[in-house]
Amino acid sequence: MKEIRLSTTPTPEAVSQLALGDIVYLDGLMYTAREGVYMRALEEKANIPIELPSESAANFHCSPAATIREDGSFAMGAVTATASFRFAKWLPEWMARSGAKLIVGKGGMSSKDYKDYFVPNGAVYLSTVGYGTGALLGRGVERVEAVHWNRELGLAQAMWVIRCNRMGPFIVASDLDGTCLFERENAKIADNLARVYRGTRPATLKRFGETDDRTDEVIG
Amino acid sequence: MIPTPLIHSVARDLMAKAAIEIPEDYLTGLKAAADTETGDLSAFVLQAMLENYEAAKEDRRAMCGDTGVPRWFVKLGNDARIEGGMVALEEVLRRATAEATTGIPLRPNRVHPLWRTDHDNNVGIGAPEIEYGFEPDGDWIDLITVHKGGLFGTDYRMLFPSDGIEGIKRFYLDSLVAFGKRGLACQPAIIGIGLGGSKDICMTLGKRASTLRVVGSRNPDPGIAALEDEFKDLGNSIGMGAMGFVGSNMVVACNIEVGYCHTGGLPMSVHAFCLSSRRAVARIWPDGRVEQRTDPDWFTPYQRRETVDWPVAKEAAE
Repeated sequence: MKEIRLSTTPTPEAVSQLALGDIVYLDGLMYTAREGVYMRALEEKANIPIELPSESAANFHCSPAATIREDGSFAMGAVTATASFRFAKWLPEWMARSGAKLIVGKGGMSSKDYKDYFVPNGAVYLSTVGYGTGALLGRGVERVEAVHWNRELGLAQAMWVIRCNRMGPFIVASDLDGTCLFERENAKIADNLARVYRGTRPATLKRFGETDDRTDEVIG
Repeated sequence: MIPTPLIHSVARDLMAKAAIEIPEDYLTGLKAAADTETGDLSAFVLQAMLENYEAAKEDRRAMCGDTGVPRWFVKLGNDARIEGGMVALEEVLRRATAEATTGIPLRPNRVHPLWRTDHDNNVGIGAPEIEYGFEPDGDWIDLITVHKGGLFGTDYRMLFPSDGIEGIKRFYLDSLVAFGKRGLACQPAIIGIGLGGSKDICMTLGKRASTLRVVGSRNPDPGIAALEDEFKDLGNSIGMGAMGFVGSNMVVACNIEVGYCHTGGLPMSVHAFCLSSRRAVARIWPDGRVEQRTDPDWFTPYQRRETVDWPVAKEAAE
């Protein structure tokens, strides 16, 4: 597999050269932002505390295993991502505001997300590996530069700004055509599922509310 | 009398051990999976995980950044007595959880469900959970901490006798595929299945089957043990591996636990532990001896007893 070192403020050319399944190691500043940061920045219109994207174009869907010591210094141990699909609600606006070129997280987004707002913004998705290689990624944290909004959001939802030094591995999970690595894999696996399911029986009692069909009798 | 300060210090050690050190039984199972993995992306992922376990141990840092929701299982021998009683025990377990969260550090995952208040120490209403079990003999206490992830890989369904084994298989596959896609369940994992009990106990049985039984253990009922083998193979025949990539390893072990249920129902739960399978165990005796291990040994004959009177049931089985 191809290994690439990539800046967290990558050039358009560097992003365009990433191919699905490439292994990436990151250098530079990366910030964590997930639902807490998105809601505070986009819904409550708080001022984003760092200069984006000039300082960093890499948004990590992450809460680190970290603490602030009594003297104000930081202890950061393991670092892994959280599942990104839950943030699709905020990402188009966030991407426009932040200029993020790299969304780093767990499990990727849909190819529709990629085509709708990743590709027009020249951005791609990098997935963490595992999950999760928290100790390996923790080794890639050269230092914690700052933490913002920890009082408002708690440590897990705060905006951590970390300096990465060959932090990885990450896997390229989307490209500038909007192709999705996970959907490509799921399509291959789906071919086999009919065989695996043979001889099984659907549940006698169905679950109401998982479709919008309000006339569903549920039984049978 | 078992001294509370000793319980406190052992509990702190266990918190670190669970977060940092991969249990040997799971490591052996995952290495076997890595040796047989046919998908190239899945094989890369498993190799990275094996390197990650080494890095965690070397650096004494948590294996995974999501350190789960720490909880405690406590087992007491019938003659065990705790200094200060059970309230003192619960206090030191809560204190050890909070101290370990900042000391290791762990991710302060626990928040209020509605107000999202975070005490930054993994302690709050009902957190950490503390559950109890008892054994007929012994003056010891077993402390077991489990740091299981909290979002994906677990589901419950009320099936019925007419659904049968075919229905059980269906729900098992549904759960593996639903949470296996994109690797949300952090597979390959120890899968626990709970069958029977009332709804809440069905969930508890499955959770305990995944977190409190080691890789290589077998249910003593030969029929259930055969199902465990069959379900492991079935899960690994899906064609899905780590991170939901094409592969041949979803299930490192499948553990099934049962409880008697309503005559009309067949409740079922499925739980996936994760690639970090965080658990650590210690037994403490009143004389101050401490023995650490990774096998919770929760499901003893006493825990699975079927009759009213324990000594009678035991003699009948012998």
